[in-house]
Amino acid sequence: MKKETNRKCKGMRDLLVPDMRRFRRAEDTFRSCCRKWGFQEVRTPVLEYMDLFTSAGTLTPSMLSKVYSFLDWDGWSGERVVLRPDVTIPIARLYIDNLSSRDMSRLFYVADTFVFEGTGKENRERWQCGVELLGGGGVVSDVEMILLAREIVQELGLNDLELRLSHAGLAKALIGEMKLSSLAEISMINDAFLHNVESLAASSSASLKKSLNSFGSVMAFLERMNCDYQVDFTAAQGFEYYTGICFQLLSGGRKIGGGGRYDDLIPLLGGEKVPACGFAFYLDSVADMLPDEVEGQAEKVATVKSNGGNSEAEQTCFVLARALREAGYAVELEFNAREKAPEGSRGVAISVDDPASFIVVTGPKSTRQEVASVEGVLALLGEQA
Amino acid sequence: MPVDKRNDCFRFALPKGRLLPATAGLISKAELGLDGYSSKTRDYRLSSAKIPSLSARIFQEKDIPVQVAMGNYDLGICGLDWIEEFLVKYPCSDLIKVANLNYGEGGIYAISLDDVCGEIANSLAGRGNWRIVSEYPNLAMSFALDSRLRSFRIFPVRGVADTYLPENADMAVLWAESEREIEKWGMVAQKMILSAGSFLIANRESLRTKDLSPVLSRLSSSISIAPRAAVQTEQEGECSPVVSTTRAIPDITATSLALPDGHQQKPAVQFLEKAGIAPQEYALSPLRQRPSIGLAGVAVKVIRPQDMPLQVANGNFDLAITGKDWLLDHKSRFPASPVINMLDLGFGMVRVVAAVNGDMPVSGIDELRLLVQQGKLTPLRVASEYVNIADRYLQDNRLCPYKLIPTCGSSEAFLPEDADLLIDNVQTGKTLAKHNLKVIAVLFESAACVIGNKDTASRPGKKEKIASIIQVLQKGLL
Repeated sequence: MKKETNRKCKGMRDLLVPDMRRFRRAEDTFRSCCRKWGFQEVRTPVLEYMDLFTSAGTLTPSMLSKVYSFLDWDGWSGERVVLRPDVTIPIARLYIDNLSSRDMSRLFYVADTFVFEGTGKENRERWQCGVELLGGGGVVSDVEMILLAREIVQELGLNDLELRLSHAGLAKALIGEMKLSSLAEISMINDAFLHNVESLAASSSASLKKSLNSFGSVMAFLERMNCDYQVDFTAAQGFEYYTGICFQLLSGGRKIGGGGRYDDLIPLLGGEKVPACGFAFYLDSVADMLPDEVEGQAEKVATVKSNGGNSEAEQTCFVLARALREAGYAVELEFNAREKAPEGSRGVAISVDDPASFIVVTGPKSTRQEVASVEGVLALLGEQA
Repeated sequence: MPVDKRNDCFRFALPKGRLLPATAGLISKAELGLDGYSSKTRDYRLSSAKIPSLSARIFQEKDIPVQVAMGNYDLGICGLDWIEEFLVKYPCSDLIKVANLNYGEGGIYAISLDDVCGEIANSLAGRGNWRIVSEYPNLAMSFALDSRLRSFRIFPVRGVADTYLPENADMAVLWAESEREIEKWGMVAQKMILSAGSFLIANRESLRTKDLSPVLSRLSSSISIAPRAAVQTEQEGECSPVVSTTRAIPDITATSLALPDGHQQKPAVQFLEKAGIAPQEYALSPLRQRPSIGLAGVAVKVIRPQDMPLQVANGNFDLAITGKDWLLDHKSRFPASPVINMLDLGFGMVRVVAAVNGDMPVSGIDELRLLVQQGKLTPLRVASEYVNIADRYLQDNRLCPYKLIPTCGSSEAFLPEDADLLIDNVQTGKTLAKHNLKVIAVLFESAACVIGNKDTASRPGKKEKIASIIQVLQKGLL
């Protein structure tokens, strides 16, 4: 029986080598796309004061009750800290603290968030990679977010992308003025419905008109950019900080991300009236959907091995390994090597039992060649390449 | 698992305190044969004369939910207040609410001195930083979140929560029989958070795997005739008009001193008499929470000694007479706290010890560690009132893995069935001997002391006043 102290925490996940390969591929693609659009990476701390999340009034009590919060070792004043349950609010804090003098900040992050989930069967630590465009008002910023998100999904090679659009401001206005309440009533909002509402313009409120107008502009812009979408007002998320356009991204019917406009968040946190929008991908879901990569496919790999305790030969192994690394190889050292190549040994294998005699095994047929120096090994491998 | 899960025996956790008389009535009606359960009982453990497999143990009400959730007890009776306080924090625990027993009704209320309802309702736009004091920190937290307070601090206390209003807290979350009772205190009930009568609770696994029917069926036929009516008439019979006792407006310029209630009160009175400043009403019964003292410009409040370090750390009191044990417990949890020991008073000497059952084959902490490492006591169950001291001691002594069971006193009664190790204070050792317990380590000696806040004590204006009070107190040492 395993020792009780070594058990993994409930709801936490180990990422093994194949998982990390997929995670890194998703992150790398995300990072590279963001940089190409002029975004720069930041990182906020895992711990934040709980006040940050309560003061904005933007997380619902039911979300706040699932936050990991505790008193720190200096928490005698009763000031609680939390493991961040969300990244957008900390990024807004980071912006207010450091960057508010700039007109526009294009930021992105890769971070984990923590939410208590009762059964322990789903992840309580959830990875996100997200983008925040702070200072970006207007339809063009909304469209920038959606097109960047779409490009990332395409670069990741995920199929069947679905983009579902709604509008938090419009939803609030419709619920208020047309007394829509149930999910069924909200789900009937489609293009035709909105067109009909538009025709009531004379009698509708300013906020409804404004929201309708902004939603319509985004839709028209996306159509001109040949970007497919569906109107789906049930797609609104559990975050109360959204004020404008909201979107959800699905691939193969599975939610992989979402975002929207949150113009009130920065003023609520005590900053200036700065418009902002952003989105995030659920990294766990995205990585799960990527195909497994064949091990070492893309890399040049070599194993340098030595049998027995010949210290001169072992020293040579390190020298050879360094030379190979410089030549672009990932090199694994193996001392006390077994007779046969171990299972899963890949790429080139070089045995060094005599500092002046290197046995190089290459190719699918395990061709053996003997070389007398480090330079000779590099030359041989260079020839084959 | 150290817990006895045999099908043929089951264990019942019964409450002390306010629910005891009505619960004893129910138990006796149900003919469970637990006749020793009464207000007069001195025994903590009972066995049934009618159902051989049934035994019971009397707990502080607050300790019952955790005991049932852990599976140490199959069934329990306690107030919904303590059940919800536990469930708010541990929603996935193995505690199941079985039946409302319809007696001991009251509620958990958020109260304040003024009507602040409007402010709470507008809290998004309203002022920040509410100070909320409560014996129910988890319920208080969930109240604050549900009310969407923008900024708040919860100060857990072990009693007399209303005493902190209004100087030391803006709101208190506490149990009261009714809104009328709160009005009588001169306070305003802002919200009833929870209606808190007594409940029968059970452990989920026990319900699934054991036959509890002999107990449940007897109880269930008695629940319907539970003395709900009796409690209500008692309330209605009490026709005294509501007298709002307006509280005096506190002098915020005064230097504040906290004096202990409970066991420490008597020696504290003697000490203050010696120093020539015994507060007049402090020795009275019932206790006055705000006695006056023969020192100009000093305001006194009587609170629990356990709660003093946290209160002094937050500047709610300038000085407090408490025990070094509570100071150390506070510092173990918050090493950076500004609370310091300003004067040793010497009285109320106790030893804080680690003790085990007399039959356990260990004579020291090293031998106990060996047992734990050999897997013979895994996890080690530790009962203590000093949660932070115990936590640190267990880590320092590598007694892992352990389960810490916080208790509200009488930790000795937890051994050997419900805990393996006890970390608690002893005065004479008589209680330990009575429970067949032996000391395997002395953690430290503790006596009364005056604590202060090093930040406040260095502030001009306060500094001199505090120094002069300390000077007066020193006279008591001569």
